[in-house]
Amino acid sequence: MKKTKEVVIEKFLLFSALITILTTIGIVLVLAIEAFKFFREVSVFEFLTDTEWTPLFTKKRFGILPLLSGTFLTSIIAIAVALPIGLTIAIFLSEYAPRKFREYIKPSLEMLAAVPTVVYGFFALTVVTPFLQTIIPGMSGFNSLSAGIVMGIMIIPIISSLSEDALRAVPNSLREASYGMGSTRLQTAFKVTVPAASSGIVVSIILAISRAIGETMIVAIAAGQQPRLTMNPLVPVETLTAYIVQVSLGDVPHNSLEYRTIFAAGITLFIFTFILNNISHWIKNKYREKYD
Amino acid sequence: MNYRSETQELIMKKDTMDTPVETNETKKPKKDQEYKIITRNLDVFYGEFQALKNINMKILPYSVTALIGPSGCGKSTYLRVFNRMNDYIDDFRIEGDVIVDRKNIYTEKIEIEQLRKDVGMVFQKPNPFPKTIFENVAYGLRIQGVKDKHFINEKVESSLKQVTLWDEVKDNLKKNALALSGGQQQRLCIARTLAVEPEVILMDEPTSALDPISTGKIEELLFDLKNEYTIVIVTHNMQQAARVSDHTAFFYMGDLIEEGKTTQIFTKPSNKRTENYITGRFG
Amino acid sequence: MTSRKNRNNRLKDKIFSVWGIISTLIGLILLVIFIGDIIIEGIHRIDWDFLTGLPSRKPEIAGIFTAMMGTIWVLLLTAMISFPIGVAAGVYLEEYGKKGRLSKLLEINISNLAGVPSIIYGLLGLEIFARIMNLGSSILAGSMTLALLILPIIIVATRESIKAVPSSLKDASFALGATKWQTIYLQVLPASFGGILTGVILALSRAVGEAAPLIVVGALAYVPFAPKTPMDEFSVLPIQIFNWISRPQHGFITNAAAAIIILLVITFAMNGVAIYLRNKWQKKIKW
Repeated sequence: MKKTKEVVIEKFLLFSALITILTTIGIVLVLAIEAFKFFREVSVFEFLTDTEWTPLFTKKRFGILPLLSGTFLTSIIAIAVALPIGLTIAIFLSEYAPRKFREYIKPSLEMLAAVPTVVYGFFALTVVTPFLQTIIPGMSGFNSLSAGIVMGIMIIPIISSLSEDALRAVPNSLREASYGMGSTRLQTAFKVTVPAASSGIVVSIILAISRAIGETMIVAIAAGQQPRLTMNPLVPVETLTAYIVQVSLGDVPHNSLEYRTIFAAGITLFIFTFILNNISHWIKNKYREKYD
Repeated sequence: MNYRSETQELIMKKDTMDTPVETNETKKPKKDQEYKIITRNLDVFYGEFQALKNINMKILPYSVTALIGPSGCGKSTYLRVFNRMNDYIDDFRIEGDVIVDRKNIYTEKIEIEQLRKDVGMVFQKPNPFPKTIFENVAYGLRIQGVKDKHFINEKVESSLKQVTLWDEVKDNLKKNALALSGGQQQRLCIARTLAVEPEVILMDEPTSALDPISTGKIEELLFDLKNEYTIVIVTHNMQQAARVSDHTAFFYMGDLIEEGKTTQIFTKPSNKRTENYITGRFG
Repeated sequence: MTSRKNRNNRLKDKIFSVWGIISTLIGLILLVIFIGDIIIEGIHRIDWDFLTGLPSRKPEIAGIFTAMMGTIWVLLLTAMISFPIGVAAGVYLEEYGKKGRLSKLLEINISNLAGVPSIIYGLLGLEIFARIMNLGSSILAGSMTLALLILPIIIVATRESIKAVPSSLKDASFALGATKWQTIYLQVLPASFGGILTGVILALSRAVGEAAPLIVVGALAYVPFAPKTPMDEFSVLPIQIFNWISRPQHGFITNAAAAIIILLVITFAMNGVAIYLRNKWQKKIKW
């Protein structure tokens, strides 16, 4: 009686854990099946090489490149903002700041990641863009620059927090050896600590990139909804995620080619983030072995 | 198989050899049935590492048996064999027989929960549950499904009285057990064990985290408890083993080096290593 | 020569330390500016009519009532679905499936899921819940989608909290003859409950701010009436905000700012409760 109860409970717990596996299988199957139906009508070659993405127009073109360029442009801008700031914060907190300061500032920085992304989108559109327009005349109301900058602010805590953990894991003996030879804290940080923690820092950057690529609402609000193959940060672009939102807001009938385009965009997005996440896991595991 | 009977004979022989020393002992059990716990050819492994090597030992009921030896000698592992607390350790493997109350406890048929009710355990550091004093003692009954409030109340009271804690806590049974002093906590843990009416009580260095006065109280308790229970105690403290136990077994690097009457082990040990250890030359 | 070089190095060190403080504070300062800007823009718009008003084409009379109700519905349903599953999965991984290929696979899988963009969960919910399970663009479909999204966070928080329970507590319970599940239910879960609750609240606060997956599942920007059952169509605050931001009239920007204030109050309140619980729990239980 008691034994059966124990077994039933264990089975229930196991089933709950297996739901996570089912989720992954579900994601992969849904994306793969709908994308497969999409590629029965659109050739993979056109998808990968055509420079225009106009599935919602009468003259339909299905080149993913404009959406990819929009995604990477906003992500690059975001990393360009978040990397120097995030890394500086990490070095400052681990090598310079007093313990008390660090204890208070770290949770405050996490707040940046707790703010809903629509709120960031609002900032980008109503504060950052008008401000940048006063400096850069002729800048469009929708552009990848302000979306990217705001996204960068949002992902600062990812880089600063994970990099700081990596820096603090560096044994103190290494720092002391460097100080002992008359190095300043700055020299020690950049010549000893940062190289020693490099794999952890790389992991934090990769995770930040992955987050930027998958970010949706900021770009949907502030970067515009015009697929465009460009590296100009001042004009409207569209990202993979913003495209999915754009189609979802409209009234696209199920089982239509337009409906399937969001899964084609989705699987492209999924593949990129999946690869990035796995690279970061791989580095993390290697790094863990090194320190044990 | 030959080896087994040889060692058994050896132990039998040792028992008979002991006889002249125990002149004041009137009752002298010889048959296996009269022993509470018997281990035969016991090997314990953690993965590749062998923690216990071919242990053969018999433990008498209504007595205190002390297991002594330096750290890592296997005495705690041995203690935890009797209530199968090692089962949760990865790579734990056991060979040989462990018989408690004429039942081999390492068989499929044994219900592990029942075994642990019969063979209670007190740990090195007091580990009361973060609940009230009352609920700590009642826990063992509640998990058995006892609902009778009157019975639980009585059991809690009698168990706390047995460990002489009742007078100290009777007015605040609703207080969190973690608010008690270390010594009180340990007595509470003993009371908790008594409440499920065990036959055997295993104690894993129960006083090592306590001050001398609390230690004294618990040692006194052992004298009372051994009239009703079979007690096996692991201790680092030679004086404690000498004070409280009737029998002593000395372990060294996974081997049972010597066992016998405490008076004999501490006055004329037959093995050189036992002598070195109890005189404080190593350990 | 050397002394000049040393002085130079020391100067660089000083400069970096100033730059460090600026960097550390810049994000927070910008956040304060943003929030200040929003409060100035939107605070005067918040009144009883705004909170209880239905959506409208005219910004002056439009309110957030339906979106607010949608958010509350989604929050409750998401909590009800994700809490038991997430805690159960965390308990399984920490207490039952410690070794073996399956648990290794589960572990890798969960950390992978944590990195999947939220909009992908939206596509999953659209196809599986809304279409195949025929739930349509209902609150239930949206909540199930968000529940899957926050499951990895809850599982990780559960595992961390259970890991912090001292093994002596489990030993004591086992030694009294408790079964594994009795030990987990009566000792491990109560002792780790504070940590688990903190993780669940943080996860839910993330769900409250999500717009993208719900848009994909089919949540609407315009819902004339507050939802009454889990099968009703719905909107949530972030979607309402998104909708107002994309309107041209300035009145809607003011509305969006006002709605953002409400959303931020909810988010920060949840984070605050979570942090308060964590601190309280850490203080209360010391072994």
